[in-house]
Amino acid sequence: MAQAYSPGLSVTDNIVLRKPRILPLKGTVLVKKGDKVKAEDLVAETFLPGNVLPINLANKLGVTANLVIEYLKVKPGQQIKKGDILAESKGLFGLGLFKSKVVSPIDGEIESISQHTGQALLREPKIPVQIKAFLDGIVEEVIPDEGVIIENKSAYIQGIFGISGEVTGELKVLIKDPNDVLTDDLIDESCKDKCIVGGSMVTLKAIKKAIELGVKGIICGGIDDQDIKALLGYDIGVAITGHEKLGVSILITEGFGKIKMADKTFELLKRFEGKKTSMHGKTQIRAGVIRPEVIIPLEFQDSELIAHETSMPLLEKGTMVRVIRQPNFGIIGTVTDLPEELHTVESETRVRVLEAELENGKKTTIPRANVEVIET
Amino acid sequence: MSSEQLKRIIATDCGSTTTKAILIEYIEGEGYRQTIRGEAPTTVEEPLNDVTRGVVNAVQELQELARLKYKNNDITFLHDGPNGEKEIKIPRDGDFGVDAYVSTSSAGGGLQMMVTGVVANMTGESAERAALGAGAIVMDVVASNDKRMNHEKIERIRELRPDMILMAGGVDGGTIKHVVEMAELVSAADPRPRLGAAYKLPIIFAGNQSAKEAIQETLAEKVELIITENIRPTLENENLGPARDKIHDLFMEHVMQQAPGYHKLMEWTRGPINGKMTNIPIMPTPAAVGNIMKTIAKEENIEVLGVDIGGATTDVFSVFTDEYIFNRTVSANLGMSYSISNVLASATLPNIIRWVPFDINESDLRNMIKNKMIRPTTIPALLEELILEQAIAKEALRLAFIQHKEFAVSLKGMQQTRDISQAFDQSTSGATIVNMMTLDLLVGSGGVLSHAPRRNQTAMMLIDAFLPEGVTRLAVDSIFMMPHLGVLAEINTTAATEVFNKDCMVMLGTCVAPVGKCKKDTIALTAEINLPDGTVFNEAIPFGEVRLIPCELGKTAKAKLTPGKGLDIGAGKNEAREMELVGGIVGIILDTRGRNPFVLPSDSSRIPLLKKWMKEFKVYPEHILN
Repeated sequence: MAQAYSPGLSVTDNIVLRKPRILPLKGTVLVKKGDKVKAEDLVAETFLPGNVLPINLANKLGVTANLVIEYLKVKPGQQIKKGDILAESKGLFGLGLFKSKVVSPIDGEIESISQHTGQALLREPKIPVQIKAFLDGIVEEVIPDEGVIIENKSAYIQGIFGISGEVTGELKVLIKDPNDVLTDDLIDESCKDKCIVGGSMVTLKAIKKAIELGVKGIICGGIDDQDIKALLGYDIGVAITGHEKLGVSILITEGFGKIKMADKTFELLKRFEGKKTSMHGKTQIRAGVIRPEVIIPLEFQDSELIAHETSMPLLEKGTMVRVIRQPNFGIIGTVTDLPEELHTVESETRVRVLEAELENGKKTTIPRANVEVIET
Repeated sequence: MSSEQLKRIIATDCGSTTTKAILIEYIEGEGYRQTIRGEAPTTVEEPLNDVTRGVVNAVQELQELARLKYKNNDITFLHDGPNGEKEIKIPRDGDFGVDAYVSTSSAGGGLQMMVTGVVANMTGESAERAALGAGAIVMDVVASNDKRMNHEKIERIRELRPDMILMAGGVDGGTIKHVVEMAELVSAADPRPRLGAAYKLPIIFAGNQSAKEAIQETLAEKVELIITENIRPTLENENLGPARDKIHDLFMEHVMQQAPGYHKLMEWTRGPINGKMTNIPIMPTPAAVGNIMKTIAKEENIEVLGVDIGGATTDVFSVFTDEYIFNRTVSANLGMSYSISNVLASATLPNIIRWVPFDINESDLRNMIKNKMIRPTTIPALLEELILEQAIAKEALRLAFIQHKEFAVSLKGMQQTRDISQAFDQSTSGATIVNMMTLDLLVGSGGVLSHAPRRNQTAMMLIDAFLPEGVTRLAVDSIFMMPHLGVLAEINTTAATEVFNKDCMVMLGTCVAPVGKCKKDTIALTAEINLPDGTVFNEAIPFGEVRLIPCELGKTAKAKLTPGKGLDIGAGKNEAREMELVGGIVGIILDTRGRNPFVLPSDSSRIPLLKKWMKEFKVYPEHILN
């Protein structure tokens, strides 16, 4: 077989991006098709139903559930204030002696009152949810009541892993060589509100200093697993991240440990130093993969916004690949052959392999599963 | 259906990582055989977001390998469909196309459910058993007595976004109030389905039938309410079948319809039933594997324990007791790729390292595990990495088995009448029914077990993780095709059974392990084994050893097994057994390392001891064990 499909991460200086910005439930879209938006602009908002507080009126009044209806002072749908009487018993002999009453502990609305259980459900006021554009671009499509699709032309890097949510800041490269480690002494006041770029690794001290100085984001080749544990206070069991409140967003381009940032990625980031950048660390490896992203919006004409058809990266002779497992982890190479027959590797596993010439000139055989296509 | 009609069948399993395709062919003189296997990454994510692309890629590989195997370039399984995209060609015309295509799926996180009950360890547990039996991952069990405040329950229901909810509660004629109260909480939470906001969340009510009307009143407007028979009509009885069937129907009608590309895949899966081309429902992978396990237990009249370890989850299946009680558990966060890091978090590093026969830098191991998590499809090319992955697998399996034992219990809350003979019997309702001593067959499946380079490694992983007691047969799913055969059995039992016996189940051999405390250097087992080649194995084996005796696949050996003083191999303390031991690709394993307890040393004697056992077991090349 002369070619095969293989997963890969995008690193490109020019891509037409279409980013859905969708509300978690139906609401109001605040922009219209064709609007030019900035990353910080609100594009849609909605209100989440407030929290629900159940109160068992029957128990509180000391009556059976089917009798609660006789004592109610409110009805479903009614707005209530904290302290309002919800239900009140008639008291001893109907004379008002030893009356018991139930008052509302919250502001909100009566959701329902059940005759089967005597339970009232009180709903707190709605919680606003707002969606920002996240990237400079144009509103390409409005999905009524749900959100928008923002389109733009960008330089674009998909990371392999990240933590914390969406941020926007100016790009600043702090190291000279992609092999360099991003240490705390390289970070100073000038990094405030910036998205900073490191090389093969970022140290725990550097991350802590970045948080202290108000850095928005860190882009780096590798990170030590134990440093993430120290930062978060827990071990990441399943790679679903992005919700952390760390104070800085981190995006890793290569993997865990000290791994040189791919030259292509580093060159691209250097080229766009000083540009406004949107990035996030949201990662979900399982079920509906989400990878962290760096988006650097470019100037564009509307006519340039023609998205290429998406396809799976192809592995064939001449394809540039990155080795993603030992041996040679992190090294870039070029595919020289894709033999059809199964091959036995050192672990005695029989697998489909490819032959490649690595950037250090070494020729080697690698399981096909252990490479990632570098999309060009 | 005659065999002539079904000559070529394709079956796929769309897993969370890879889509695995197999070709099953009817071969003159041999019957049905599995002949070719292909795989490709599953494509339920951006940018492709269409499961059928992965299926086409895997089938494309099948096609190319079939052409190579038969030196026939006319063999073609795919053709251009009406919209110009490639699809599987059915029916077959000579070498063009196949006769049937079936599929299972666990992609996109499988079927995710929440269940509710009134009493957590009665109706709650029955509901959980029904959902698990149907192949679901149970995200949470919410019960009236689960010690959470009502508002906490509502918050929990709101934040979970299940594919569907199963509501149980109350025996027939029992409590209505608590059942309706739970429905009110669900209604207040107004839960949203995981995939797409375009449809109402399906909720199955399988509780007290007298509460039906009140439930309808409470829920019918907000959700897609389906009412079925009570899963716990009386405390003494469980009736899981109707709820499980409803779960399967809804899985097809709602959940699968929402998953990317599944509406297309559902049109592709079809084959002739009674001569008529019929659509064949896609089955959740674990439900298909469960089907197979139940069939083995019933056909052979044995107790079976099976495990399927995947990238994201590990499923354990068991059939125990004379009544063939089937249990399935899914350990949602124990697996060898997506969830590998969680195995480390749950098992802890020392428990993983205890299985590794060399010193390793802890930080390197942690980073290796995290890198596998973020690049789940990679495979260990280096021997050291293979050994580390297998050490992690042992812990994943061990933890999943602990969860299974805790779940596979007799019904709780039963009124038990006891006669005088049972007065001193300690077993109560709610005790585990998993009995490793009476277990006949332990079956392994899933990538790390099915694709281990040496079958001896598979046997070792199964033994170290499950610690079988007495005499237990071991088997493995040769190339991971139980799901495929489980769904194939729905349309053609002959094909499924033939392939299962000839190509799927590989007997590894038999493990003999005496149970009980024993001192070092004392004899733990005396074995006299007459092997099929005429030789006799005769040894008094001290405590703390492993012996591997080759005994061909398909053959048996007559054995007299005498346990050491105070030990038991299944006939009672100190009682000898005379029996036939079944051979296999690995052979007969005599394991006197101890059971109840099994203890690995934590001092410097650990590595030399592991190396000695691994050498005897022939699990790894000698050079790494010297």
